[in-house]
Amino acid sequence: MRKVTKMSVNRFNTWFEVLRFLIAIFIAFAISFIIMSFSTDSPFAAIGNLFIGPLTSVRRFSTVLEMMIPLTFAGLAVNVMFKANQFNLSAEGAFFMGALISAILAIYMPGQAKLVLIIAIIAAGIVGSLVCAIPGALKIKWNCSEMVVSLMLNYVMLYFGTYIFNQVARDPNSAYKASYKFRTGVGLSNIIPKTRLHSGIFIMIAFVILTYIFMYKTKWGYKLRMTGSNIHFAKCAGIGVSGVIMSSQLIGGFIAGVGGSVEMLGMYTRFQWSALPGYGFDGVILNIIAKENPAFIPVAAFFVAYLRIGADYMYKQSDVAAEIVSIIEGLVIVLVAATAFLAKFRHRMTTKVSKNMLEAGGAKE
Amino acid sequence: MSQVFESIFSTGFFFSVIRVATPLILASMGAVITSNAGITNIGIEGVMLVSALTGVFASAYGFGPWFGLLISIITGVLCSLAIGYVSMSLKADSALTCIAFNTMAVGGTVYFMYAVVKDKGTTIALNSGKLPSLEIPLIKDIPVLGEILSNHNVVSYMALVMIFVVYVLLYKTPLGLRIRSAGKAPNALSSVGVSFLKTRYIALGISGVLGGMAGAFMSMGYVTWFSKNMTAGRGFIALAADAMGNSTPLGAALSAMLFAIAEALSYALQITTISPELVQMLPYAVTILGLIIYSVKKSSSDKKKREQLAKN
Repeated sequence: MRKVTKMSVNRFNTWFEVLRFLIAIFIAFAISFIIMSFSTDSPFAAIGNLFIGPLTSVRRFSTVLEMMIPLTFAGLAVNVMFKANQFNLSAEGAFFMGALISAILAIYMPGQAKLVLIIAIIAAGIVGSLVCAIPGALKIKWNCSEMVVSLMLNYVMLYFGTYIFNQVARDPNSAYKASYKFRTGVGLSNIIPKTRLHSGIFIMIAFVILTYIFMYKTKWGYKLRMTGSNIHFAKCAGIGVSGVIMSSQLIGGFIAGVGGSVEMLGMYTRFQWSALPGYGFDGVILNIIAKENPAFIPVAAFFVAYLRIGADYMYKQSDVAAEIVSIIEGLVIVLVAATAFLAKFRHRMTTKVSKNMLEAGGAKE
Repeated sequence: MSQVFESIFSTGFFFSVIRVATPLILASMGAVITSNAGITNIGIEGVMLVSALTGVFASAYGFGPWFGLLISIITGVLCSLAIGYVSMSLKADSALTCIAFNTMAVGGTVYFMYAVVKDKGTTIALNSGKLPSLEIPLIKDIPVLGEILSNHNVVSYMALVMIFVVYVLLYKTPLGLRIRSAGKAPNALSSVGVSFLKTRYIALGISGVLGGMAGAFMSMGYVTWFSKNMTAGRGFIALAADAMGNSTPLGAALSAMLFAIAEALSYALQITTISPELVQMLPYAVTILGLIIYSVKKSSSDKKKREQLAKN
């Protein structure tokens, strides 16, 4: 009888979380709508375009999927690092460096194209690991704030990477700041003609599954989660917490680096980034929306990508700046992360559900 | 090489150090106040950015730069309190709140800039004006020192005064004691009947004032327009300065100066043959190095303390 009660309350909690998320989205849109109505005469048309934009053509819908790929990688990378309770934001730098290294290998490395492609992706992952390892190592060794170090490190990587790019890969004949073209055949193949959707999406799916299995089905992942949720308990249980934290930063960095290379080799034919791509912070955003569950991260990534592409369409159609989307995102995050939001309602409902269950159970007896 | 030395050991270089240091000092003072109250305020980056924009708007459409400064400060306070409301009253994780706020600040400022001036890059089209520079009597007549210290923007002098003000506030007033206890011993604070939440709100409000001033300086002193993401991580550097300065006003200000020197150096070295990217990397790399040195020192002194305790 008691088991039934508990399950129902659990089911209520899941249901409540979904409801809370929907309400958060609704409020975020409502506020953004009010903001938009100040700057455009036809806010309804604008927000309509935001919603339907990605559905107006196959091309646009596939852009959503294209954008979802790097976002998912960023989300997974941040997920693994955050699970060890490390607020390491250097996925940003790892993404940038991963993309750069894979680009350089794609330009210069001789040999069979497919082999070069695989090596470029793995090399990007390793470089990403090294980048994310820096804040982790400094935290473990000397207790430096991993958050501040990683924020600074991203800029160091941006300028250091740009330096390498200028020295090694920059094409002096190109009209804009870009590298030489990648070798033919070194690139992730296109899977839907007339779009840019590339086979990186399969790599992404593989990484989602692997991360989920790693986190919830392996001993290593269990150790990691335990260390993250209570480091003292983990120490008492005889877990080498330093090693666990370090390995989680390395794995997170690896995912970010691979993400950078997949984005570079799938979407571009030359390296042409001159600023940080912003995926490090996007990864954090996705984890809040996905409640830090790797299985939900692609869904969250799809949601965010859909919004952004929709906003782009809105900008072209209605002359409302696409940046409104960052206000929507921010509000959603704030409301989802705010545990006190709707907490009273939840408390009341939980009490009611439990009471009902108890009474129902009592009646049976 | 002599060219390098000439450009570094010139009065112009030291003048630019103070100019570059102004927003860093102001923001790091804000970070000092909040971190003493036990909050790591990454949101100061976004606060600076938003107040830089509102300052420009208020100046252009209102009553000039001084009015702009006032509006910047008010914006800073409101933004900080909003961060506080979400993280403390709505109980969201404070780092996540700040990241969400920064995201909104970067996009939101562009959104409103576009809505008002139809430009996504800068507000150069607006004639928003500049806060005046001050000539300091007496000091301006001293040969070398005068050239370095006089004729700065009025906000730069305010920044220097703020170091002193924050010091007095934190260590010589009851409010300062409360703020410090809110960070170190919140329970002790409640036990004497002082609201812990209220104290933190006040600390955030003060950091908003400082962040607002820093923002106003960026768009109405450093340059005379707002441009997309113009703070470029200065709020994060301020956090690093606070960490390196062990959350003391003087320490943080000195660290901020150090970062300013690195930044000014990166401008001065741009005329040489050294790669500009490596020079641009300098301030951030110096910040990391500084943090490492500080942490190494701290961890070894902690170790000593522990050993001492063990002996006793």
